[in-house]
Amino acid sequence: MSEILTLDDVRITYQTSSGGVPAVRGVDMAVQTGEVLGLAGESGCGKSTIAGAILRLLPPKTKIEGSIVLEGENVLEMKPGRLRAVRWTGASIVFQGAMHALNPVQRIGDQIAEAITVHQQAGEKEARVRVGSLLEQVGLPTRRMRDYPHELSGGQKQRVMIAMALACSPALVIADEPTTALDVMVQAQVLRLMKELQRDLGVSMIFITHDLSVLVETSDRLAIMYAGKIVEEGPAETVFHTPQHPYTEALAAAFPEIGDQRFRRKPLGLGGDPPDPAAVPSGCSFHPRCPKAFEECPVIEPELYPAGEGRRAACLLVPAEKPRTEARV
Amino acid sequence: MQAPPLRPQTDPPAPVREPESLPELRSPRRIRWIRRRRALARFWKEYRKSGMGMAGLIILVLFLAMALFAIFGDDAGVDPSRTFGPVLAPPSRDYPFGTNDLGISVLTLVVQGSKISLLVGLTATVLSMTIGAAVGVIAGYRGGGVDNLLMRVTDFGLVLPWLALAIVLASLIGQSLGAIILVIGVTSWPATARLVRAQVLSIRERPYIERAKALGGSNTHMIVRHVLPNAMPVILANTILTIAIAILSETALSFLGLGDPTKPSWGTILEDAFSAGATTLGAWWWIAAPGVCITLVVLAFTMCGFAMDEIINPRLKNR
Repeated sequence: MSEILTLDDVRITYQTSSGGVPAVRGVDMAVQTGEVLGLAGESGCGKSTIAGAILRLLPPKTKIEGSIVLEGENVLEMKPGRLRAVRWTGASIVFQGAMHALNPVQRIGDQIAEAITVHQQAGEKEARVRVGSLLEQVGLPTRRMRDYPHELSGGQKQRVMIAMALACSPALVIADEPTTALDVMVQAQVLRLMKELQRDLGVSMIFITHDLSVLVETSDRLAIMYAGKIVEEGPAETVFHTPQHPYTEALAAAFPEIGDQRFRRKPLGLGGDPPDPAAVPSGCSFHPRCPKAFEECPVIEPELYPAGEGRRAACLLVPAEKPRTEARV
Repeated sequence: MQAPPLRPQTDPPAPVREPESLPELRSPRRIRWIRRRRALARFWKEYRKSGMGMAGLIILVLFLAMALFAIFGDDAGVDPSRTFGPVLAPPSRDYPFGTNDLGISVLTLVVQGSKISLLVGLTATVLSMTIGAAVGVIAGYRGGGVDNLLMRVTDFGLVLPWLALAIVLASLIGQSLGAIILVIGVTSWPATARLVRAQVLSIRERPYIERAKALGGSNTHMIVRHVLPNAMPVILANTILTIAIAILSETALSFLGLGDPTKPSWGTILEDAFSAGATTLGAWWWIAAPGVCITLVVLAFTMCGFAMDEIINPRLKNR
């Protein structure tokens, strides 16, 4: 297996009128060929910022440090022409909120074909044939290509967005909260479709969401983000079922299980608000909300310590607990 | 990069289903046509509810018929050089709008003038909208320094006394129909540019623009495919109102003697009447006829513009 995308010490700082706001504070991440990486975390933790940085879609003034290597090429050093060529052919995005990502005054077929013709992968006629087969793949009849976005339901629009993301056969698909505005039934259908397509086509995928239960079903590996850093990563199943970081634990516990007595009266959750990116707490940025915090937490900033097979977690408790972890794995 | 087939195990992608394969269903093209016709019918139904819009439309149709009659009609009846009668006769059965100091029927003059006034109004508007939309789209889309520069030029155009600028330009370029159109076109775009820029600023932030950018589209691609089509309603609604202003401008310039003397418009008639002393001679009909025509046409365009604006922009409905 080779790495299709490698992020090395990526730091992203938004420039605002009141100074720089660090949204991503040193992220190392790799996506293998054919792998689905789930990226989870609360709102404002930097998930979507990473997605935008991979295709350089962030506001022009934003400072991006480190390196983002997509298929052997550093995206951050690309010239504008090369960048335009790599967009969508190297990596594509399924945007959050499909209802707004489609132009209301164009037929959906034309919008999918747009991706193909922009990159001159095919002429008008070929593009239409390809659009037809793409629509069939996402479970929409070919004739739907003549519809305008307002004639489709939310789930259908999201299917169109998926078809569009696959239009140029990219090596990597970034799904940025693809199921947010959908109801649970449609959400399940869309997720199943994405999983099937991913398996059939063998594309790599980054799946971004705040819904950890969704990620467990769709991802091979999980990376949990908090305040612009990855706090835990590892195989999806084990991270979800035996979390090492207290934050992951809180996220995993936030999903009630039917029949579980603990969820009878009130859902388990995490108190407090995500930290302001402009003023991140010292030491471990999670310590003000952490139920297990002790005196060293506000002082020492934890790195990602090895925590079992293929797993890493950024918590000071991990090195100490290591024997217990191994016993569990 | 050659696109590999998405489903390797299946045969070549299914061709676009042709309408012939679905004889029991109506073909997509026909469905689309029906849909278009319905949308147009809906627009018309809404439009008909507006008394103001209907009044404006009826007036416009009458004047358009008049202009067409002047272009294609029988020459003998309307040719100003051949229709002579008594000098400065008040309105009568033979000369409904009276005659001027040369004995030419004012009705004939007005009919001939309608064609020039409307022609200048329409072409100058097209020119003005093109410049205004281009400046507005580029300023709004590019932002930053380009925006600043273009908007300062626009502000310059807005604050400069319009008439003074137009007079200077007209006397520089010369007296011809093309010159008048050019003068009106290049002096009346700033308001449109401001309006379009405001709309583009809002369109630019919409997610489908980000999507088009992620798709690898160039700036030209995004402007032509996504920004312009979405800014079109604003541009079109503004066009109707600009025509009224353009006709009024043409009248003003012609009245000041800057028009083409060989192609008399309503403004030219007014100028002739003024310089011949129609007011002191008591020949009110000579001034009233073209004056009423100008007022009616400008009013009609404005009324149609408001009525359409109300349909295109439903937020205005409750005003």
